[in-house]
Amino acid sequence: MLINMNIKLTVSSSPHVHTPMTTRGIMRDVLIALMPAVLAGICFFGARAALLCAVSTGAAVFFEWGFRKLIGRKNTISDLSAAVTGLLIALNVPPTLPVWMIIIADFIAIVVAKQFFGGIGENFVNPAIAARIILMTSFPKEMNAFIEPVDAMTTATPLALAGTDAAPSLWQLLIGYHGGTIGEVCALALILGGVYLLVRRVIRWIIPVCFIGTVAAVMFFADGCSLYSAAYQVLSGGLILGAVFMATDYSTSPVTTWGKVIYAIGCGLITCLIRLFGSLAEGVSFSIIIMNILTPHIEKLTMPVVFGADEKGRKAKEGSL
Amino acid sequence: MDIAKGLHSPLRKFRGGVPADHQKNAADIPLQSIPVPGTVAIALSQSIGAPCSPLVAVGDHVYAGQKIGDSDKTISAPVHASVSGKVIAVGEIVLSNGIKCQGITIESDGKREDCPDISPPVIESLEDFLNAVRESGLVGMGGAGFPTHAKLRSALKSEPAVDTLIINAAECEPYICVDNRECMEYPQNIINGIRALVQWIGFKQVIIGVEDNKPKGLERLLNCLGEECNADMDIKVSSLHSRYPQGAEKMMIYVTTGRIVPIGKLPSDVGCVVMNVETCSVIGRYLRTGRPVISRSITVDGDAIDGPYNLRVPIGTSIQDIIDYCGGFTEPPYKIILGGPMMGLALSDTTAPICKQNNAILAFRQTSISRLVKWDCIRCGRCVEACPMGLVPEKLERYARYRNVEKLKELNVMACMECGSCAFHCPGNRSLVQYMKMGKQLIREEAQKNVN
Repeated sequence: MLINMNIKLTVSSSPHVHTPMTTRGIMRDVLIALMPAVLAGICFFGARAALLCAVSTGAAVFFEWGFRKLIGRKNTISDLSAAVTGLLIALNVPPTLPVWMIIIADFIAIVVAKQFFGGIGENFVNPAIAARIILMTSFPKEMNAFIEPVDAMTTATPLALAGTDAAPSLWQLLIGYHGGTIGEVCALALILGGVYLLVRRVIRWIIPVCFIGTVAAVMFFADGCSLYSAAYQVLSGGLILGAVFMATDYSTSPVTTWGKVIYAIGCGLITCLIRLFGSLAEGVSFSIIIMNILTPHIEKLTMPVVFGADEKGRKAKEGSL
Repeated sequence: MDIAKGLHSPLRKFRGGVPADHQKNAADIPLQSIPVPGTVAIALSQSIGAPCSPLVAVGDHVYAGQKIGDSDKTISAPVHASVSGKVIAVGEIVLSNGIKCQGITIESDGKREDCPDISPPVIESLEDFLNAVRESGLVGMGGAGFPTHAKLRSALKSEPAVDTLIINAAECEPYICVDNRECMEYPQNIINGIRALVQWIGFKQVIIGVEDNKPKGLERLLNCLGEECNADMDIKVSSLHSRYPQGAEKMMIYVTTGRIVPIGKLPSDVGCVVMNVETCSVIGRYLRTGRPVISRSITVDGDAIDGPYNLRVPIGTSIQDIIDYCGGFTEPPYKIILGGPMMGLALSDTTAPICKQNNAILAFRQTSISRLVKWDCIRCGRCVEACPMGLVPEKLERYARYRNVEKLKELNVMACMECGSCAFHCPGNRSLVQYMKMGKQLIREEAQKNVN
């Protein structure tokens, strides 16, 4: 029998065809989707915003590389997840934050929240959210030193100003002409990024829509059926940034469809509770981290029904014969 | 009963799966027979079940169609010489999956002379019919390789009685076109096969399921059924949504009838028998001619080989002989797959013989098929969305790695049909199917341990 000895064949388990989508491609898409928000931040807050974005991304990648090297594991910076985390942290701080603080935040996110638990996919809380919360509790003054865009006057966030005369208009909220963190101010840029992620099928619509929808609905009724209140609450604070880019983090959100729904509604309700009754003006970070921790339990409750294992299956069998 | 000749499109859809990129390049290429190969190696174990014992010895002359191996076990099917010539070896041969089994090697005389005994079987009773199916050496030709007579016998025993015959011509695997060619070229055999099955097994309805990306095959079947005006059978031709794994037995039953096969049960438990279209066609042909399964259709395609081709090849022809007939490789292949790209077997060499259940040989270059980098699981949930069975591959992979048999059982790993939809969608390129197989093996091993 003729055997062509020159041919070396690869043997592997099926399937032999795959989607072109890769982990790196997904992370690259997230970085692209964040670009409008980054550009808006730089536009409004100038070089300082650009510096924080660059330093934070660089530091996050460095910590990922350094820690993996230290513990002798495979280098994972090429999956770009550390770059995403670094950039998200920068978008979650005010443009006035001292640079050394953001480096601490990167360390906490990458080393403590992510690598201590096993690296990508194994962390139980969103690293960027964990870092933001540590910063908020450790350096409350610096984390609340918000400035007006362009003229850099000291101001408060729209949530702190809600209901006062100084409250920005909805239009200002939409384009981002108000105080806030680098990435959260321009709702329009964030929505643009979110649409890109939806089109590229990186995220599903469930989490952002249920999260934002819950906040809008609760705020609508909480303020006596006020559409203005609902819109104001949706467009201000870190809600859109959180709902589109942070709550959708794969590792820390449920994999099941109904789990995603419960998780997102939970995020929305906790955000509203904190905003309405808490001493903090903003509740998005805390709501996401609480739901992150509940994710394994939500998943357990919403396991998909195995085809042929449910009541419907038995009925179908009996009914049709 | 009314004759339903219209095209029927089920509205039901199964969960998950892979959207169609079916690459049916060979759909319009007619079947052609390859020249009689110099030697053929006929495996004595070509089906699930007991291997056959050889009925011939080295030096014997055999005719094409002569029975050369048989077994007295229920779950087994006889094997026949696929060419005429001289038996040159009876002994160990290596199959495509690397498993060694007994086989009979025949040096052909280049003629493929038919056995003089071949004559259409005389069928007067159900027992005659089942024996005829057995004697034809028929096994599930869609890939399962389960002896057809054994499947029919077990279906006849089911309580309540089976009422629905589903002819599976979905052909949801990319590239493969042999079922389509069967519908195009031998619709009469298919209909004759159905008629015999309805007559003897007593099916009340027959559904032929074809994916809607093969409109010509659908049309040919419909036309042919239209000519059969005297048919007293309820035959529906069902145009199915093109989505892998539409041809999986449980998906097929659900989509066409709405019945759900419970986990661990057989199609006959919900009153159905699903049969591959070529299998059905062979029944029709055997009853008319008495020629057993000594050849089958194979699609040859892929970007490392000239083609595409749809070939009729004698059982036992080596894969290399088929590749040579197609003009060899145009470029060094990176992977050669026996079967479809979703569930087929990657070959380590090309010496293995074709068995009754093989349906395609695909040769690919590296650039078109390889994904070398693997990433860690990021829990994106695409595998969960993709699983047609509603399993959670992300967790099953983890528990298989941890060898946690309890959890694997709890999450129903045994319900996995290894269709590969999860691994197709995995952005981390993780070997999910391999871990599913491992998880099932762990459960089997533990069951074995408990028995001992």
